[in-house]
Amino acid sequence: MKYVSEFRDAELARAVASEIASLTDPDRHYKLMEVCGGHTHTIYRHGIKDLLPDQVELVHGPGCPVCVLPMGRVDEGIAIAERPEVIFTCFGDMMRVPGSRGNLLEVKAEGADIRMVYSPLDALRIARENPDREVVFYAIGFETTAPSTALTLLRAKKEGIENFSVFCNHVTIVPPVRALLDSPDLRLDAFIGPGHVSTVIGCRPYEFMPEDYGKPCVVAGFEPLDLLQSILMLMRQLDEGRCEVENQYGRVVLWEGNLQALKCMAEVFELRPYFEWRGLGFIAQSALKLSAAYADFDAELRYSTPGVRVADPKACQCGEVLKGVLKPPDCKVFGTACTPERPLGALMVSSEGACAAYYNFGRKSFEKVEIGSKG
Amino acid sequence: MCLGIPGRIVEILDEDSMLAKADVSGVRRNVNIGLVHHGDERVEVGDWILIHVGFAMSKIDEEEAQNTLRFLEELGEAYEQELEELRESRIE
Repeated sequence: MKYVSEFRDAELARAVASEIASLTDPDRHYKLMEVCGGHTHTIYRHGIKDLLPDQVELVHGPGCPVCVLPMGRVDEGIAIAERPEVIFTCFGDMMRVPGSRGNLLEVKAEGADIRMVYSPLDALRIARENPDREVVFYAIGFETTAPSTALTLLRAKKEGIENFSVFCNHVTIVPPVRALLDSPDLRLDAFIGPGHVSTVIGCRPYEFMPEDYGKPCVVAGFEPLDLLQSILMLMRQLDEGRCEVENQYGRVVLWEGNLQALKCMAEVFELRPYFEWRGLGFIAQSALKLSAAYADFDAELRYSTPGVRVADPKACQCGEVLKGVLKPPDCKVFGTACTPERPLGALMVSSEGACAAYYNFGRKSFEKVEIGSKG
Repeated sequence: MCLGIPGRIVEILDEDSMLAKADVSGVRRNVNIGLVHHGDERVEVGDWILIHVGFAMSKIDEEEAQNTLRFLEELGEAYEQELEELRESRIE
């Protein structure tokens, strides 16, 4: 209870934490998965674990788009970036994600024209400004960023910009969660649903969790208090034997999502039959590609990417951490061969990756607990 | 990339290409409002929006905007980097 002073409303945080404790059955172990990498970051940054009873375990989910990208897709992006006619554009998060022969930052240093952009619309502007070059945007992200790629392509088509294409790596959140629920490795009790993804898809897509698997889900905001309140809502459901989808983040997330975003996505994308996820393997209908109407903008077709599959480095246990089977510090190379400065696996790269979050903040929170318990 | 950052609309620029100028922690940049400005839904000058990679994803109230900004400022480096990338943005 010592650290609730870090919360915006310390009194409320204290009250929520004690109610969670009072609902905890001392003989039961609770495994709650936070699906979203942003939540993982908040959990470590604010030491949420320290406010929970020992019986309540938070398991980190697959919701970090950089982290779930398999190495083969990184390599294929790099191969496109190395083409002399190409200006390759991507979000800053992608630059240090390791491929099998280096990362985009290194390829850029060797002379490839790679430019970090804030928005896909910046990539489109670069295409307009460079009509004699080919501009490729490396699209990544869950349903949070997929609508922005969709709107950018709608605009590109309307303007007839022919030197622009998208290497599409957008993924969807429901299939990997379903895959985890089907996996015998992990027995989860409930889910903390992602906040920003849900502004787009709404809450209805999570109804399979209670309906097909008997697991409650609460869509949560990003502040520490949001997470605590969501955990309380899940504990109440488990205590009362209820099982449903609830929305803690109703001030931003509408139950039906953003219908305009969904409509634009439906026009521009179609589901891939399957897609490879780091650590989770191939998952059916779990990713998006450009629809036939947008095939002219598809970098995979324009550059005939071969679809190579590359195994992760042997020492790297990102897959086990992504599945929630291992905690970051349990990985053999955590903090030794793999650090945020020299990442071996993608989970150490993104600030939303479980390993980077744990490396930066988790150890601090452990020290705090020790100090606290001695005092 | 995954951070949703609050901005306040200071000017609607172009209804056709759905662009507005937004103020994000003092940085003024163009954003696309196509997802919050269609059909019966409208945003106006003075409204707060949650922005992802140059797109307004939802309209939020001022209290939510201020709370989110405070939370992001406490995040430190990740938010600084996002703002740095936003400063380089020139959406047209």
